[in-house]
Amino acid sequence: MKNWFKSGSPWIWMTAGAVSISLISVIGLLAMIAWRGLSFFWPAEVYEFDIKQNGQSTVVIGEIYDKEQVAAERLRNAGIDLAGYDAEFVDRYLVKTGNREFVELDFRWILDTDIQQKTTKSGIAVIERTKNGNFYGYVHSVYQDGVKVDNSKLEELIERSSDIAEEALDLQNSEIAAINYDLERDRLKQRALELKGELTQEIKDEFKAKKLRLEEDYQVLEKSLFALRQKADRDEVVIKDMRGELVRIRIAQVLDIHFPNDMSLLDKVGRFFVQMGKFVSDDPREANTEGGVFPAIFGTVFMVLLMAVIVTPFGVVAAIYLHEYAAKNAVTKIIRIAVINLAGVPSIVYGVFGLGFFVYMLGGSLDALFYPEALPNPTFGTPGVIWSALTLAILTLPVVIVSTEEGMSRIPSSLRQGSLALGATKAETLWRIIIPMASPAIMTGLILAVARAAGEVAPLMLVGVVKMAPTLPLDGNFPFIHLDRKFMHLGFHIYDVGFQSPNVEAARPLVYATAFLLVTVIVSLNITAIGIRNHLREKYKSLEH
Amino acid sequence: MNHSLTQTSSQNFSRKVKDQVAKYGVTAGGIMVLIALLLIFFYLLYVVQPIFDDVSVTHDQEIRLKDTHSSLALGTDDHVEIGYRVVSNANVEFYGLEGKHKGELIEQHQVVSEPITAFSASMAYLQEFAFATGSQVTVFKPGFKVSFATNKRVVLPNLTYPLGEEGIDLEVDSNITKFAFSVLPENEGAGFLYQLESGDLEYAFMSAEVNFMTDEIEWSIEKVSLPFVNGKVKNIKVTADLSRAFVVQDNTLITLNIRDIEDVTLLSKTKVSEPKANVVDVTLLAGANSILFANDNGVVSQWFEVNDEEGRHFKRIRAFESNEIGLNGVYPEFYRRSFFTTANDGSLGVYHTTSGAKLFHESIADSKIDLFSISPRANAFLTQNTHSINLYKISNEHPEVTWSGLWNEIWYEGYSEPDYVWQSTSASDDFEGKFSLVPITFGTIKAAFYAMLFSVPIALAAAVYTAYFMPSKIRKVVKPTVEIMEALPTVILGFLAGLWLAPLIELHLASIVLLVTILPVAVILFAFMWHNLPKKILNSLPQGMDSLLLIPVILLFGWLCFGMSPWLNDVLFDGDVRLFITDELGISFDQRNSLVVGIAMGFAVIPTIFSIAEDAVFSVPKHLSQGSLALGASQWQTLVRVVLLTASPGIFSAVMMGLGRAVGETMIVLMATGNTPIMDWSVFQGMRTLSANIAVEMPESEVGSTHYRILFLAAFVLFVFTFVFNTIAEFVRQRLREKYSSL
Repeated sequence: MKNWFKSGSPWIWMTAGAVSISLISVIGLLAMIAWRGLSFFWPAEVYEFDIKQNGQSTVVIGEIYDKEQVAAERLRNAGIDLAGYDAEFVDRYLVKTGNREFVELDFRWILDTDIQQKTTKSGIAVIERTKNGNFYGYVHSVYQDGVKVDNSKLEELIERSSDIAEEALDLQNSEIAAINYDLERDRLKQRALELKGELTQEIKDEFKAKKLRLEEDYQVLEKSLFALRQKADRDEVVIKDMRGELVRIRIAQVLDIHFPNDMSLLDKVGRFFVQMGKFVSDDPREANTEGGVFPAIFGTVFMVLLMAVIVTPFGVVAAIYLHEYAAKNAVTKIIRIAVINLAGVPSIVYGVFGLGFFVYMLGGSLDALFYPEALPNPTFGTPGVIWSALTLAILTLPVVIVSTEEGMSRIPSSLRQGSLALGATKAETLWRIIIPMASPAIMTGLILAVARAAGEVAPLMLVGVVKMAPTLPLDGNFPFIHLDRKFMHLGFHIYDVGFQSPNVEAARPLVYATAFLLVTVIVSLNITAIGIRNHLREKYKSLEH
Repeated sequence: MNHSLTQTSSQNFSRKVKDQVAKYGVTAGGIMVLIALLLIFFYLLYVVQPIFDDVSVTHDQEIRLKDTHSSLALGTDDHVEIGYRVVSNANVEFYGLEGKHKGELIEQHQVVSEPITAFSASMAYLQEFAFATGSQVTVFKPGFKVSFATNKRVVLPNLTYPLGEEGIDLEVDSNITKFAFSVLPENEGAGFLYQLESGDLEYAFMSAEVNFMTDEIEWSIEKVSLPFVNGKVKNIKVTADLSRAFVVQDNTLITLNIRDIEDVTLLSKTKVSEPKANVVDVTLLAGANSILFANDNGVVSQWFEVNDEEGRHFKRIRAFESNEIGLNGVYPEFYRRSFFTTANDGSLGVYHTTSGAKLFHESIADSKIDLFSISPRANAFLTQNTHSINLYKISNEHPEVTWSGLWNEIWYEGYSEPDYVWQSTSASDDFEGKFSLVPITFGTIKAAFYAMLFSVPIALAAAVYTAYFMPSKIRKVVKPTVEIMEALPTVILGFLAGLWLAPLIELHLASIVLLVTILPVAVILFAFMWHNLPKKILNSLPQGMDSLLLIPVILLFGWLCFGMSPWLNDVLFDGDVRLFITDELGISFDQRNSLVVGIAMGFAVIPTIFSIAEDAVFSVPKHLSQGSLALGASQWQTLVRVVLLTASPGIFSAVMMGLGRAVGETMIVLMATGNTPIMDWSVFQGMRTLSANIAVEMPESEVGSTHYRILFLAAFVLFVFTFVFNTIAEFVRQRLREKYSSL
């Protein structure tokens, strides 16, 4: 034993333990995010609990969210009657009961000892609604336009109302939004002319006539919008909830209904994928705590693409300069170290710089020069997607430079010399030999930059991200791309919903799902980048020999 | 033939041009990008720099006075377009300071017709004044009407009488010789504290009531005699909200509580003059918590009420030496804690009380300055010299910040002792921003410390094993797996730390402590068992799989520890960890504490340290270790004495890089702590770091304000800090690489 210790072998095992811990934590973390994120989409079973508490019997219907063990002693001290129970610990369930308008909290703790019976009864419906979260209960009856019809028509009625609702939403988002946009643009145009002193009575009348026309159109559209809404709000469903009472719910408020206890495994798998699809394509509802994350995905992708467009040329040019043109001396070496170190500067510092320099200084000057008619409302002098893209471009510039340079230094010098010896100029060598050969390295740098930018949140909080953007930075109104708009971002969505939402408990599964989405995107981007890089290394290794 | 040759040469020419264009284009582009990166540094400095700017004063204009009456008060409007002068013949005169009436008398009003017996001014920011004529008091306010006709600002004088033009009869027997007053907001009441010719000191409170029948305001007066003071007093001051009155007599400050007229009480009597000196002027500082006393030996002292072991009492907090004998006046600024001193020799001093800074002291006039008045926005001031009024422009944007003030303890009003405080905003209006970078720098260091405590041992040990003992096949998988964590967005780590880890740690604190102690023992026990396996079995198993073998062992022990958690909690903590720690141990316990931050940020830092340290160990030339092994050293000896020693600069650089990352990390600390700027090393309490502080406060701070610039300074500090750390690390790494390539 003593010799064994003396050999140092135990310490080697300890270092091996550190590797194990690292591996467990990485894989465990990813697995946990995946598990929690994916289970969000799985239709969980709904239980009906018969509870007897202090002599009173109640029924609770809900999904089990969490389970923990509590010392029986502690419960007894808290004045809970545990007569006839001798085990040291009691199980406690956190149950999501929904029905937010009828109970104080839509989550409640239930002690195992209070549960008389726990069943997954057939026929329990989970109803997703436009507001107040889920509703749990049994479908009692269905009314079509005030007339009782068969319960089996429910799905059909829901489909009808959601079709109409979608039509109304389309109308609101496209045509009505376009009119509002035109009205605002005309107001600004008029103001601009007024500032220039070119606003004659004639032009004024013209604007007035156009405004009248637009407003008339608006009236018509608004009327049809109301008509649609009224048409959608026709039917009703009556649900027997866990209190045994009949609750009438307008079908216009119902988004979806499903009966998880009656689903086969195949049904569940199908629903799992449908829910996933909805998550990535729907807009958020109820202060972001329900619904999908489509605007956040869109905002993230749009901003990151914009950033990539900005960062690639600059990063590549800087790398070519450093590697091909700059003199090989101490100054270049210092510059190189400085560039590498900029990658280690905290991202929030870039955010502060972006806010001060881009938003207030550059944006403020742009506003004063080109958008005086909108002042004092800022156009570009306020955080927006272009400033976010620029800030992140600066932040990721070192990543692209370092990666491109590395790729260029791996190109065997024999190739370069061969090209020059054959009479090509330096520029031609660069263009025809170096850049094509370094393009996978540039790609790697770009992918790494995109992966980093997609996960950065701190600087974006200062330069353009918002919890709820009313419009996307890309829409059908001229000039189609609106670089001054604020946008939503997946990473910020996680922060906002997880930490600033009024009902964190209810929103938590959604945050896990969002986190899973983000992690999937970033990890796959990184794996791609690493794959390309390794492939490249192998390729040049073979070239050298 | 000839033809083709010329073609080639022209082609050659254009190729050469293209080559040159590419050369200059790339060089220009490359240099531009590098300059853009430098710009960050200089832009941050550019925003920060004004807070350290000196005060500058420039003379703007002189207005010659035609009369020889003395002035009682001066003032200007917000935009310094019109100035006013209250004259001892009961006149108020308005002078133009800008535009076509520049330097001219625009308007003149006679406030009262009888000769005045006393004059008093309100707190500076209210700009209200009052004349006493016998037993009559007339309150007036030289105000301004601002209108925007044709997009241009027009300012006009507007003299108003808050309590009526006729004045108010205080119904006293003799003349008022000295008084102080304040009119409550909305004119709902007014208080007068006055001394009569007979020497009696009285306080009168008037309350307004609207008559239901006639809708007129009727004043009812209550009076009370104050027997606490005998003889002539030097100064009387009341606070704007009529809660305190200050009377100065014989270098003694007498403080009265006048909040309730039925119960006016004497609070304290304190000697306030400097040794061997007399008080020449007294003023209330903005916010009315501090009193400034100007002494005839040139010292100005600041006093405020302090609540310490001797109870609430007035205390001398700090003094400002102006080194002049003829000090004749001290004047506060409207809203900030700055003040000005004037002297007989025409010199002006500018000071800031909280920062204790002497910002400016110069002679600005040849003759004695009789009166001084700062403009509402503190960007100009008027002085009364013998026969003229002078307007000066002053730039004093950020008097409250000094480099030493940011890093030293400061005694703020209302605090019982000097302290490091970061408190940038509050609901109250006359709140003074408290900007000490110490608590948030402390928080940054604390967070980084706990993160390093957690990550350095694991990351370095793992790096050593991966680089030195692991078969290359496994290494190829393990290294990228750990490194992928570096790409994980920190917002996700922060979210998990705040919403999953923090409650988990609170619930299973005992198990976690147990796990930390039991894991190494378990690993060694397992290793010993493995060592004692029959050689036959050992030899048939692949080598270097130790870390994979340990995974189930660690998982098993982890599961055991957490499984025991309720039982452990019960035995050790009476069932509830949080209650036990707060009640039994007397340590305050935040759910989102340093332990959570340490673990979460540790995870974020592990891949950084691991990756660089692993590279450093791996690139130690093989012949060194092989030589050592050949000489008979054991694996462990070779590792410790040869490999680690050679790789030590690389390992150092890895730790520095990790530290740099931990210091600047924002989202994790933002989400995993309560963000309270406290200074406490306790592992069960949170902190606020520089980066989180910027993320929280930046969106709300007003552009160009002191707060905004200090947040930029915080960013600058972070920038320099991490840049220096990274540069050292990178430099060491490059040196190491060169060394190895020569070996």
